[in-house]
Amino acid sequence: MEFFERFAVPHPSPLIYASMVAIGLVIIAIVLGITYFKKWGYLWNEWLTTTDHKRIGIMYIISALLMLFRGGADAVMMRFQTSVPENAFLDAQHYNEVFTTHGVVMIFFMAMAFVIGLMNFVVPLQIGARDVAFPRLNAISFWLYFAGAMLFNVSFVIGGSPDAGWTNYYPLAGNDFSTSVGVNYYNWALQISGIGTLMTGINFIATIIKMRAPGMTLMKMPMFTWSSLVTNVIIVFAFPVLTIALLMGTFDRQLGTFFFASENGGMDMMWANLFWVWGHPEVYILILPAFGIYSEIISTFSERNLYGYKSMVGSMVIISLLSFFVWVHHFFTMGHDALTNSIFSITTMAIAVPTGIKIFNWLLTMWKGKIRFTVPMLYSVAFIPLFTIGGVTGVMLAIASADYQYHNTMFLVAHFHNVIIPGVVFAMLAGLTYWWPKMFGFMLNEKIGKWAFWFLTVGFCFSFFPMYITGLDGQARRMYTYSEASGFGPLNMLSFFGAGLMAIGFIVIVYNVYYSFRYAKRGIGDDPWNARSLEWATHNPVPEYNFAIVPQVNSSEAFWDSKKKGHKLFRGDYKEIHMPNNSGLPVIMAGLFFVFGFSFVFYIWAGVIISGIGILACMAYRSFEKDHGRHIKVKEIEETEDKFGGAK
Amino acid sequence: MKQKWALLALVFTIVTVLIGCEPLLVLDPKGPQAETLSNTIWLSIITMAVIVIVVITLLVIVLVKYRASKQPDDYEPPHIEGNPILEGIIIGIPILIVAFLSVVSVVSTYQVESVPEGYEDKEPLVIYASSSNWKWHFSYPEEDIETLNYVFLPTDRPVEFRLYSFGPITSFWIPQLGGQKYAMADMVTTLHLAAEETGDFVGRNANFSGEGFAENTFIATVLSPDEYDTWIEEIHATADPITEDKFDELLEPGHLGQMTFTGTHLDFLPAPEGEHGGHNHGSDDSNTESHDEMDHEHEHESEHSNH
Repeated sequence: MEFFERFAVPHPSPLIYASMVAIGLVIIAIVLGITYFKKWGYLWNEWLTTTDHKRIGIMYIISALLMLFRGGADAVMMRFQTSVPENAFLDAQHYNEVFTTHGVVMIFFMAMAFVIGLMNFVVPLQIGARDVAFPRLNAISFWLYFAGAMLFNVSFVIGGSPDAGWTNYYPLAGNDFSTSVGVNYYNWALQISGIGTLMTGINFIATIIKMRAPGMTLMKMPMFTWSSLVTNVIIVFAFPVLTIALLMGTFDRQLGTFFFASENGGMDMMWANLFWVWGHPEVYILILPAFGIYSEIISTFSERNLYGYKSMVGSMVIISLLSFFVWVHHFFTMGHDALTNSIFSITTMAIAVPTGIKIFNWLLTMWKGKIRFTVPMLYSVAFIPLFTIGGVTGVMLAIASADYQYHNTMFLVAHFHNVIIPGVVFAMLAGLTYWWPKMFGFMLNEKIGKWAFWFLTVGFCFSFFPMYITGLDGQARRMYTYSEASGFGPLNMLSFFGAGLMAIGFIVIVYNVYYSFRYAKRGIGDDPWNARSLEWATHNPVPEYNFAIVPQVNSSEAFWDSKKKGHKLFRGDYKEIHMPNNSGLPVIMAGLFFVFGFSFVFYIWAGVIISGIGILACMAYRSFEKDHGRHIKVKEIEETEDKFGGAK
Repeated sequence: MKQKWALLALVFTIVTVLIGCEPLLVLDPKGPQAETLSNTIWLSIITMAVIVIVVITLLVIVLVKYRASKQPDDYEPPHIEGNPILEGIIIGIPILIVAFLSVVSVVSTYQVESVPEGYEDKEPLVIYASSSNWKWHFSYPEEDIETLNYVFLPTDRPVEFRLYSFGPITSFWIPQLGGQKYAMADMVTTLHLAAEETGDFVGRNANFSGEGFAENTFIATVLSPDEYDTWIEEIHATADPITEDKFDELLEPGHLGQMTFTGTHLDFLPAPEGEHGGHNHGSDDSNTESHDEMDHEHEHESEHSNH
């Protein structure tokens, strides 16, 4: 019995018991459902063991949407708790756990997964490749992310969630002040999924550098591919810092070292520095692919080429460099001298210049265009003013002296949601709607999509604009309650109202998926949006080999040129196509990583050793495995192409 | 449409707050440092508002003029690569704005990081403000007084807060007197403030520090110099001395009301600065430095007792 006591949740409440029951019922329902419909074989053969970049992309996106709802539920609980003064819905400890998991889930398991999911699906298609450079590694990346996400989510019902904020500052996150296993979960969940992300970074750099279609020079790549390349370079430079910082945190908490302690020569400020040396580039890891998506969408629906292609690329490269030189602005108030703060204040503001160039380039892309207000375009059009507001408040925060008044307040919360929601979340929803027909062969309903858009946009304004004001009125972030005398009540109620509208918006999106799946027209052709880049040159949905014949590229808009200027994309005859085999190894290995992480969280050394040996055994097996992939015969290609409505 | 909605929501929220409500704390300064910050914030709000208005105006013009429904069906948008002059302008103007704000940032940062303007000649009142879960301890070495969860300050005198923590990182903040600064366990940070108006001002820890964080607040009361001296005398006449045992009790996690003691905990539990600092590795230089500092402080104390 003693063994099991450690798994108890330290601060149980009816909410947690209810979610335990809910999780249990959902798992039973899923298992029974799959068994009843006899889908275990399908699931294993077609999805769990797949190395197809498109399916991996879709699995990333499904996981990201699940995490969006998990993090969204946290968000609604927080806004409800603070909607009136002295609310007793959540106590302090629960509120602390809720905002911590909200941040972690939304950044690591929602936004990152969504971005990487779209990259997975779109990038190989945009460069005319058949898959990524290392398909097996790609599957391992996904399954490690998934293992990390699940490990993090079980903390809610087994052992307790982390409660030191998503920034996890020491010494608060140390054993003295955070006594549950929550922060152990934080360390291991992020460590495992972070390794996956790092491998994605390497994989996509190799893919984009080495596997572009003939004729596609670097400066002829579509903008989303460019943004992915820059993003993955940032990942490769930034994520090792997080890996090491998390490892040091694990050593401190579980093996008795003092890296981040305030005594014995440790230094709590080092965590803050390491965290943000990773954390600020992370912001650009999220936003640059979003910029890429907006570039694709705005150009498509303005029916114009992207204005200032070269300055778009240049500004992204400059942003990626600057992103490594601004981290101190996350703690201007840590007592540095005025000179240090001045330097980082200027480097931070400098980022506004390349970002401003991008905003104007988008406006100039629409100029003289023929603008169609489809759902993806609506998100992009709303993005421009909302992101500008988020951007300029970022410049306000970059003024070091003024930051002493904004830091740790709702003003800051308003700012970063103002860049992340219209920036990243809107981009992901726009990109998902835009590429949906490529993924599934039918379109999402435009009318329902527009309803969702309006709920989200109006809800966003009501949720977050009031926070700028309460921040300037002195409302600190992360307070589970406040007094009536403070006067924060009415505006917080307005925020809760906005959060409710956003929640409705997301539910409408789910309904749209259901509705479109049932009623949407199939057989929509290969180019439903009248688009411009290479991914639209193949069929909807995409056959597993992507392109029957490798396309010949002449510009960044090869597909548009093939439609308008008579450029011939596909020359020659079908040839045998070499494709990677499926493998069960990635999902098994990720399962072992999950057991490893879980055991380490609870100091179950037997589990750590056994799963550790298992992981090494998987690696050894892979080293000696002879897997040369398989070949798709010409006849098979012809059949598939006929089925998809004629050869290309 | 969405721009209109966004604007409407923004205007609506601003109006509901600004009409019939008290001014926002940060923009209602009661001392020179907070005033510098308030002016800086207003300046940046106005500059940024111009940018937002320009972008939204351009967007609305483009959307109205070039929407598909307004174009003839056979309209083919032109292929435009870019224009060096136009791109020069969209790079140049942001650079000018950023350069201007950089100057504002550097100047104001140096201002709030030093003794407030006009107070350079006056001797600063040194107060050690230390946080423990979830309280603020104020030690007045000069007056030999310690208070809990409230602090009294005189007008017309610069105040030098020396901040540190007995636990997690906290952030000392009195919005109407100046910006915040972190208090940490292994070093002392310094915050320069001054108050120009008497009254009670809210102060708090702004940095999340665990379960009791929301209630980790204090009141800063600003008095005229005469009233301040009377207050000191009263405390020396009425309050009990702080002892090591009593202070250990105070450090226990929890919330306590306001308390007052004579003496300071610095006598038996010095602040982590100089030779007591968390990163002091016993080099000779830092030792002599800290001795100098301590001698300096003793001078202050003797001066005060001579009064």
